Amino acid sequence: MSDVVLAQSTPVTTEPRLTRHILIGAVLVLIMVLLFAPLIAVFAEALAKGWMASVGSLASPDARSAIRLTLTVAAIAVPLNAVFGVAAAWAITKFDFRGKAFLITLIDLPFSVSPVVAGLCLVLLCGANSSLGAWLIAHDVKIVFAFPGIVLATMFVTFPFVARELIPVMVEQGRAEEEAALTLGASGWRAFFTVTLPNVRWALLYGVLLCNARAMGEFGAVAVISGKIRGETTTMPIMIEMLYNEYLSVAAFSLAAVLAFLALVTLTLKSLLEWRHADLLAATRRH
Amino acid sequence: MRASILRSPSPLPGFGLSFGIMMTVLSIVVLLPIGALLGRGLMIGPGDLWGMVNSRRIWAALSLSFRAALIASLFNLVFGLILAWVLVRYRFWGRRFIDAAVDLPVVLPTAVAGISLTAIYAPNGVFGQALAPFGIKVAYTELGIWMALIFIGLPFVVRTVQPVIEEIDREVEEVSATLGAQRAYTLRRVVLPTLTPALLTGFALALARSVGEYGSVIFIAGNIPNLTEIAPLLIVIRLEEYNYNAAAAIGIAMLLISFTMLLAINVIQIWSRRRIGLV
Repeated sequence: MSDVVLAQSTPVTTEPRLTRHILIGAVLVLIMVLLFAPLIAVFAEALAKGWMASVGSLASPDARSAIRLTLTVAAIAVPLNAVFGVAAAWAITKFDFRGKAFLITLIDLPFSVSPVVAGLCLVLLCGANSSLGAWLIAHDVKIVFAFPGIVLATMFVTFPFVARELIPVMVEQGRAEEEAALTLGASGWRAFFTVTLPNVRWALLYGVLLCNARAMGEFGAVAVISGKIRGETTTMPIMIEMLYNEYLSVAAFSLAAVLAFLALVTLTLKSLLEWRHADLLAATRRH
Repeated sequence: MRASILRSPSPLPGFGLSFGIMMTVLSIVVLLPIGALLGRGLMIGPGDLWGMVNSRRIWAALSLSFRAALIASLFNLVFGLILAWVLVRYRFWGRRFIDAAVDLPVVLPTAVAGISLTAIYAPNGVFGQALAPFGIKVAYTELGIWMALIFIGLPFVVRTVQPVIEEIDREVEEVSATLGAQRAYTLRRVVLPTLTPALLTGFALALARSVGEYGSVIFIAGNIPNLTEIAPLLIVIRLEEYNYNAAAAIGIAMLLISFTMLLAINVIQIWSRRRIGLV
């Protein structure tokens, strides 16, 4: 067989040309139908009655308080989860102790628990008919149907995001650099801030980004714990549900469009991180 | 505390602090609430618990949640494999864009996905109108639930399989071809077995996520008792009636499904690590 024939025939490690084109075509069509159509629909429905109606609905007191609440909840839940994630990753990757695998499974647990069940758990823990709930009422602390409950529910569902992103990266990096810093006389905190943190900064940002996206969009857990008190415990997703059920389509989709836009920003930043710092993100992603 | 927990000494400081923060937050946010649910279950007692779960409506809801999740995850298993393969192996215009877009369901809030899917598939929506002449109704039927769960579960298989495909040594495929294997045979007997653990992991993750999914489903489902009412919705309904014990009973049933799923994922990963050293 001559070189010319070899060059013309399909390489043995790929599929025939026709198969390739059919597969690419099928994938593009399905992605259009399954992913892009719903995304486009959000913006189309929001603008169904023009820009003015859409922007006007966002200026209503209900929408504004929902946006404010969602931002506040994320501003508290995300940093707390980031601190937890960094602490968990430090404890798990820098030290060797018994039950580590079990601990990682526990950290992952919220990923496989239904958000509604998460909300239910919190209601049963802090609700009026539990012993802790009775104590809380006696001391005038409101958790269920109030702001702290929403924060707790949000933390539950976003719990593994930062830790899950940091642990594989820190396992790969080992602890030799920190040990070197300590040998050179650095304090533990200094080693952490000047060696560890710069090493994992992109992975940390990546985790925080996903954590934030989920925190702002959480629905099921918050729906259960918030009690849906209008103007008080209605986050953006809850407000969307209320408006939608009241047949205020433009208002519901306008608020949804704000969240969808935020999702697109998150997706863009996330892709940029993946393209530019692929080697510094969790090993299970691209190499 | 340090010496009693650590298995081997480490020169690094901060074990007490980091371990302490980790356990405190883990306990407050995850373990105590789940413990409260399980504790409530113990208080009710297994007999009464069974009595509360054992009704036609709850069985219908639980089996619907599981069945729809299974169907959607099976679809995503096949489509996810093809998508991952196309994204890694083929070069075409817009590949990177599609690659980035796969994670849309991860970042798009579920309630947003729910109302927009409903808008598309409702009888007066774009796809709803197109499907009506064929007698296919999607919104407010079980088919709608499948569509929502397919949307939610789409990224899982792709993202677990993609790195494994990237790592496949093409020489193995060349060897198979030189030994006379057709391409389809090589794919089935050489490539697919290396991907199986990742496929199963992605499938289990998608399944676990879809079984408990709420936000994207309730808008499109129609929520007719015994027909299109998913288990999480039934919990919400019971809670709104202040029937905490009944809600807890369904919650425990769902938690058991989650635990089983988590166990399955762990078993798959241990098995795959033993078998080919990949996760």
